[in-house]
Amino acid sequence: MSYRRLFIKRLAAVASVVAASTALSLSLQVPAANAQTKTIKVGVLHSLSGTMAISETVLKDTALMAFEEINAKGGVMGYKIEPVVVDPASNWPLFAEKARQLLTQDKVAAVFGCWTSVSRKSVLPVFEELNGLLFYPVQYEGEEISKNVFYTGAAPNQQAIPAVEYLMSKEGGGAKRWVLLGTDYVYPRTTNKILRAFLKSKGVADKDIDEKYTPFGHSDYQTIVADIKKFAGGGKTAVVSTINGDSNVPFYKELGNQGLKATDVPVVAFSVGEEELRGVDTKPLVGHLAAWNYFMSLKNPENDAFKAKWAAYAKSKKLAAADKPLTNDPMEATYIGIYMWKQAVEKAKSFDVDKVSAAMGGQTFKAPSGFTAKMDEKNHHLHKPVFIGEVKSDGQFNVVWKTPGPVRAQPWSPFIAGNDKKKDEPALMAAKK
Amino acid sequence: MRKILLTLFLLAVVCARPAAALDAAAVAKLATGEGDEKTNAIAALIAEGDPRALVILEALGAGELQTAGNRVFIVKDGKATDAITGANIASIPPGAEDVVVNNRLRGVVQAALAAASLMSADRSMRLAAAKELAAGADPAVLPLVTKAFEKETDPEVRSLLAQMTATAQLKSGAPEERIAAIRTLAKSQSGNTRTILASVLETEKDDVVKAELQRSLREIDGRLAWHQRAGLAFAGISLGSILLLAALGLAITYGLMGVINMAHGELIMIGAYTTYAVQNLFRGYAPGAFDWYLAAAVPAAFCVSAIVGMVLERGVIRWLYGRPLETLLATWGISLMLIQGMRTLFGAQNVQVVNPAFMSGGIEVFSDIVLPWNRIVIIVFAFAVLAAMWLMLERTRLGLFVRGVTQNRAMASCVGVPTTRVDTWAFGLGSGIAGLAGCALSQIGNVGPDLGQSYIVDSFLVVVFGGVGQLAGTVYAALILGLTNKLLESWSGAVIAKIAVLVFIIIFIQLRPQGMFALRGRAVEAG
Repeated sequence: MSYRRLFIKRLAAVASVVAASTALSLSLQVPAANAQTKTIKVGVLHSLSGTMAISETVLKDTALMAFEEINAKGGVMGYKIEPVVVDPASNWPLFAEKARQLLTQDKVAAVFGCWTSVSRKSVLPVFEELNGLLFYPVQYEGEEISKNVFYTGAAPNQQAIPAVEYLMSKEGGGAKRWVLLGTDYVYPRTTNKILRAFLKSKGVADKDIDEKYTPFGHSDYQTIVADIKKFAGGGKTAVVSTINGDSNVPFYKELGNQGLKATDVPVVAFSVGEEELRGVDTKPLVGHLAAWNYFMSLKNPENDAFKAKWAAYAKSKKLAAADKPLTNDPMEATYIGIYMWKQAVEKAKSFDVDKVSAAMGGQTFKAPSGFTAKMDEKNHHLHKPVFIGEVKSDGQFNVVWKTPGPVRAQPWSPFIAGNDKKKDEPALMAAKK
Repeated sequence: MRKILLTLFLLAVVCARPAAALDAAAVAKLATGEGDEKTNAIAALIAEGDPRALVILEALGAGELQTAGNRVFIVKDGKATDAITGANIASIPPGAEDVVVNNRLRGVVQAALAAASLMSADRSMRLAAAKELAAGADPAVLPLVTKAFEKETDPEVRSLLAQMTATAQLKSGAPEERIAAIRTLAKSQSGNTRTILASVLETEKDDVVKAELQRSLREIDGRLAWHQRAGLAFAGISLGSILLLAALGLAITYGLMGVINMAHGELIMIGAYTTYAVQNLFRGYAPGAFDWYLAAAVPAAFCVSAIVGMVLERGVIRWLYGRPLETLLATWGISLMLIQGMRTLFGAQNVQVVNPAFMSGGIEVFSDIVLPWNRIVIIVFAFAVLAAMWLMLERTRLGLFVRGVTQNRAMASCVGVPTTRVDTWAFGLGSGIAGLAGCALSQIGNVGPDLGQSYIVDSFLVVVFGGVGQLAGTVYAALILGLTNKLLESWSGAVIAKIAVLVFIIIFIQLRPQGMFALRGRAVEAG
């Protein structure tokens, strides 16, 4: 009997440790650097567990790689970067807690992090209250310019609208009918609102637009694919997919199995990149599209160097994906953000948030996309080129269309009513949530 | 553009002049030109009627065409040949780049190749070409189709071509001819018939023809509606079979044994990862037999999950029998450990499980309904597992013991049944079936550490809805939930459907807490 009781005690202890480690998450603190060298703490706020770990883990590694690279070359103004990595575990309120911890306890100079718009909205009040500095590396729905955030991902006019324009063009197939398919949360809903207004302005009638949403983690796309087929019976149809996370895998599998070919009904996706296609057999998907500001398949010296660096880093750190290292758009955006922050610090000669913020405007960086990305003087968003790629049988993308040069972001989309009155410069955003 | 191209192609076929040297300029344009230049180049190439042109187009469609400087060549399996002469090239020139093919170009290439193979001597190639063209039904191909139709002797290909030629007669010809054409088209299974007829209706002046058109459209609409319902029923049964697989194991461990096993989902996940591991072994050591990896993965998934389940039962659950709350907490903790363990072992990323070739694609029942092979295989598999489980419980000694122990433990123990060992075996069986579910799920969904989390709630719902302790109930519940879910989804979208099903189950359980099928008699009171 006592043995049993002891066992239960042990079990309870184990269970509580496990619960604590997952529910509260581990905060990995990198040991302080040599006391003689000057160090500066920088936060990394990406989910390393939970549903978003799939996409966000590589961003944490990209950030660490960039820090290592900068430190090897003498650091920022002679200060070695000391990363503070925390895991908000795909839990939106925890993002805010961890952000507060980074800013008040660790007193980091800047934070690189967040993926979903929900997580960004949840940390926004913290950054504005404590006057922190966040670099957000993912494409999003716009409708926001916070003075404490720099957005290195794409605004809708740098991704969604060019993609739809391409599909309408002769080269893209001349689509007349549109299925707007997304996961049910703020990013797809806002993007689709913008796209609907844009399509209407191009003379597409409401009956030719079909808007559909699925819950997070939806895995059975049989009826949705069947509905798309039926809808496509009424004329040349294109699908705009804002499905997020790993739901994309069953969606694309179903498309392939039901024989919906890209030459008949092309699907353009805004959240599917090289990393998301890792889990999919891409042979039936050849020709489906994605719009991004960077593709791994781009051929230029900067990208070759970036890919080589990442492959070497993944190998040296024995990352899980080291046997097939992939780079993608948010990784590039993270990398650009870190280097721009370094340049801004060196220009401001200070780590002070307001001074760095002021120095950010106009910073340029020769990005792996092959173009020089520039931080807008006013609106905290990057000027970036737009690429549209078709899926190849090896899971890479074949660039079929690109803008001649970088495009300025329009965070306040002109296709949402009332936005024409909003100023294209930062303000406090938290109250407007 | 496509029209010009195909007319040119038609000319080429009709003239069939002796092969001339391939136009090097056109090939160069094909490789380096922009948009229309490329399609023009395709037309020019085809117009020459050189068999080499078809080789180049096939390579272009397959993305095998590359270019370096002025040279255009085909790279296949790492070997390069010159596109124009067909001569081997010793090594791929440095700085070689893929020729970019977009969807529009690919469509043009496919249509051109299909049109070319309409005259092929091989029946299967003609059939494939006719199907390809029938789906697109470009008016430009019609003269060619008519020509092929006259020569065609195979009935299946002929009927496809007949439908396409009918399209040509729709807009011209006497009213009787038009009506005949409409009737032919109305019988066709092709997906775009409705679109063609509807567009003709808008311009048709003749009242008799108009009435015929409307009648045909109604007929087609009626048929399409039936196809839709059939497709929906299939989707529902498919979802039902997945729910059934996920819940069957739980029907034993929770339904019969009464253990609230929160780690059930993780046992499914372990089965899926076992499939992944077996797949990798096959890829590494027996790539020739890769298509048969599932034959090894199914027993492997069963065994691995069963062993994990038995260890779980021996190590933890056995000490907690009769204390559901503690069992719930302990198994939940274990589920977290298993998830984190998998994450450390295989990484947080999803892993890729490739369908064997025979499970990719689907059978085309009607032109608008394709039943995917992987779902058909899973439906059959689910019912095979069900049959095997039923046989095991009803016809074997172990099954007899399991039933005996679950119905009256004390009495079973009295007559000499080793109850503790039976518990372990039964739990192992339930876990093994969860592993089988994982193996099946790996073929349609994601394989990641969180896989089990999305099925645990559904599994409990099915078992509770069907009636705890009832296998038949589990089967009915899975199918009913699958069908209801799909039916609602087609009416109201996936988000509302999910909510509606949950609300329905809450109300149902309120009214009938024992589930659809309740155990009656002494066993219940004793339990």
